[in-house]
Amino acid sequence: MLKMPEQDSGVVARRATIVSDLRDIVPGEGVVDTLNEMRAFETDALTAYRQMPLVVVLPETVDQVSRVLAYCHKYGIRVVPRGAGTSLSGGALPLGDAVLLVMSRFNQVLEIDYPNRAVVVQPGVTNLGITHAVQEEGFYYAPDPSSQIACSIGGNIAENSGGVHSLKYGLTTNNVLGLEMVLIDGDVVRIGGKHLDSEGYDLLALMTGSEGLLGVVTEVTVRILQKPETARAVLVGFPTSEEAGQCVADIIAAGIIPGGMEMMDRPAIHAAEDFVHADYPLDVEALLIVELDGPEAEVDHLLAEVEAMASRNGASTLRVSQSEAERATFWAGRKAAFPAVGRISPDYFCMDGTIPRKELPRVLAGMRELSEKHGLRVANVFHAGDGNLHPLILYDANKPGELAAAEAFGADILRLCVAVGGVLTGEHGVGVEKRDLMPEMFNEDDLDQQMRVKCAFDEKHLLNPGKVFPQLKNCAEMGRMHIHRGQLPFPDIPRF
Amino acid sequence: MSDQTVIEPAPSAMLRPTTEDGVRDAVAWAISERAPLEIVGHGSRRAIGRPMQTAETLSLADLSGVTLYEPEELVLSARAGTPLADLSTLLAERGQQFQFEPMDYGPLLAEPPGVGTLGGMAASNLSGPRRLKAGAARDHVLGMRFVTGRGDIVKAGGRVVKNVTGYDLSKGLCGSWGTLGAMTEVTMKVMPRPETEATLVLSGLDDGEATEAMAVAMGSSAEVASAAHLPESVKGRFLDKALAASSTVLRLEGFAPSVEYRFSRLAALLKPFGPAERLDGDESQRLWREIRDVEPFCDGTARPVWRVAVAPSVGHQLVGALRLRVGVDAFYDWQGGLVWLRMEAEPGAELLRATIRALGGGHATLIRASREDRASIPVFEPQPAPLAALAGRLKAQFDPHGILNPGRMASTY
Repeated sequence: MLKMPEQDSGVVARRATIVSDLRDIVPGEGVVDTLNEMRAFETDALTAYRQMPLVVVLPETVDQVSRVLAYCHKYGIRVVPRGAGTSLSGGALPLGDAVLLVMSRFNQVLEIDYPNRAVVVQPGVTNLGITHAVQEEGFYYAPDPSSQIACSIGGNIAENSGGVHSLKYGLTTNNVLGLEMVLIDGDVVRIGGKHLDSEGYDLLALMTGSEGLLGVVTEVTVRILQKPETARAVLVGFPTSEEAGQCVADIIAAGIIPGGMEMMDRPAIHAAEDFVHADYPLDVEALLIVELDGPEAEVDHLLAEVEAMASRNGASTLRVSQSEAERATFWAGRKAAFPAVGRISPDYFCMDGTIPRKELPRVLAGMRELSEKHGLRVANVFHAGDGNLHPLILYDANKPGELAAAEAFGADILRLCVAVGGVLTGEHGVGVEKRDLMPEMFNEDDLDQQMRVKCAFDEKHLLNPGKVFPQLKNCAEMGRMHIHRGQLPFPDIPRF
Repeated sequence: MSDQTVIEPAPSAMLRPTTEDGVRDAVAWAISERAPLEIVGHGSRRAIGRPMQTAETLSLADLSGVTLYEPEELVLSARAGTPLADLSTLLAERGQQFQFEPMDYGPLLAEPPGVGTLGGMAASNLSGPRRLKAGAARDHVLGMRFVTGRGDIVKAGGRVVKNVTGYDLSKGLCGSWGTLGAMTEVTMKVMPRPETEATLVLSGLDDGEATEAMAVAMGSSAEVASAAHLPESVKGRFLDKALAASSTVLRLEGFAPSVEYRFSRLAALLKPFGPAERLDGDESQRLWREIRDVEPFCDGTARPVWRVAVAPSVGHQLVGALRLRVGVDAFYDWQGGLVWLRMEAEPGAELLRATIRALGGGHATLIRASREDRASIPVFEPQPAPLAALAGRLKAQFDPHGILNPGRMASTY
């Protein structure tokens, strides 16, 4: 079972005082402390884990965020930041001795600047909300996580969210221009802006994907793009996943970067088809959706090339979308893959490893073996263009031992991803879910250096402890050096 | 001048490890001796940054060679000292490139062209005109190995594009100018070279009109890869004086039918700004190389040159405001958001930075200046106190004894 940091009993004992002090900072309904009302916050989208927070605070202004953090810093109270609570890795899982700092009231679009193609928003604005604010002028915000209707841009920063279109348009980190954030001591700082590149160290790079461990984001400036003139999709079925994988490799090798390139395996195809009736072929082992976007002349030109490559690689079915409606239908099954799998199994875990594309057949074969070993079914959806796998492990939490088996299966899949040169998480974050697997990918020196970054931002480990790192080491301890004078007179270094 | 003999200091000894362990040993030795190191690749950008007081030089030039190149996976790893020129050739053979188009500071700094290493590119986050659409060097760095100022070998990131496993230290080290770690290996995302390129040229616009035209172009669906404005004063420095007037230039790249189509659409869209001319192939490539490498200010002089990043819409206002007070020449890349400034005399840092702040913020880096100026004027944009303190704490966490390029970016890091 998941081990979280030991509760600070002193903080829990002072709960009443803390609640009252927080009410002085955030008046009105901004402090929630009854069990009933806090129930809504006890988990995020990793629902296997639940925990009541010490108290929930919903600030409305940057000044309130600053004062809450300064207060918590002064009295050594832990803080768990939360956006929309859609994390699939437990990034916003509360702690019993921590203030849950919910940023949902920061929901305003502050500025739309078309000449600079920049939008300034508060962090609680949803990912899709940014696109909605600018779509009348033909613009959109490119990163598109599946949860984009609900997830907040602040959460996207914390997780460095990707999506179907990240192969061509990049992840959050490639689309953020600036941030305002509050450090744990209450200092408000701004990094970046409407200009490009950082002025000192690249703190935007460190903040994006930091999972709420380094600071609390209070304002975000993102780059918006003009919508591609047209988009068309090809739906291709293959008798084997190897052939589908080779088709993907050929497309990339030809210098074509599709807007999206998704693959599903047989169990996922069947689940999706049963659910949304997208008219997917059912007699194939792998289904590929390739979407090409851009000017019409380009899309037509590339469609022909992709069709030729699919045929060369043994495609057994191939359809090109002839209308926007048909394109949407192609995607409907893929986009509904998670709920579709939810219909055929009482529970499922969504994994998130990334592998080098060419390793796909090997990893799929390995997954079939693991499926037998653990006695659980698995369905696969896959961002084929960038190697990001989403195996869905099917289990029933009411059957004794199945949750543990599912977790063990998931861990084995991620070990396999790392073994073939991949990584533990492509876009869902480490959170609590993959925390204890971090040593599979990083050795002690690697992890220590990451934790030292944490020490530079939050020496007392007050921000979101228990996430990302298997064990947070004391900053002072990690500061010690173990090199002895004179022991290493650079014996083998040529000097000129 | 007196007839006193000037005694040049003897060139300090150089540590030249050939392996990652060797780099670690060199740093460990430097720690034990408390001997600060200047870290160099080919040394092509040594003249950028604050002058340092270092005891020894750690050269990574002998730590060279490609360790992984899988064109169909769009990934390349090489040791930090691998010459950038070699990598460009290797990538070109397979129809690929670094999409961010790393610039070459050599000619601007009166150094030979074509020199520089992969590690140096990452450490200075080198990018060129295509950065506007494709992102900077840091956006293409997937992973890294480096030696910290504690003598630890650290791996960060990986070899795949989608990766959120832990903090993004490899992007974080980009643009840190060797002050956080001595890189030993860098893994890059590589991209296909565009099949065709063409440049649309609008002539005779003033800086304000050009800014408007570039905003229209970038806000269209024409997928403009680069947008620059070359005012009247610098036009003679490009394409052997072939530009007849100030030129606003927009680069289109991709498959030939796509480029044709977008060119005609863009020309129609920009009709209010005048007729569009066209540069193709080699001529287009040459123009963008000259813009990338700041050709107008590669004048062999030591006149101060600033690299300024601001919101694209205010670049020309910045130059307009400065012109009222000082002698300055300028041209614009990145839709107007990258301003290259050459000052007639003094660097004028305070005026410049105050003007940038008044226009909504950004940053100015003093790329070319005398050693004295670089010692007395902040070369990199000074940070507000809480951010400067944070940067100092980060430096201390990577390099507690100030062994790695100490003081190159600011007095504390």
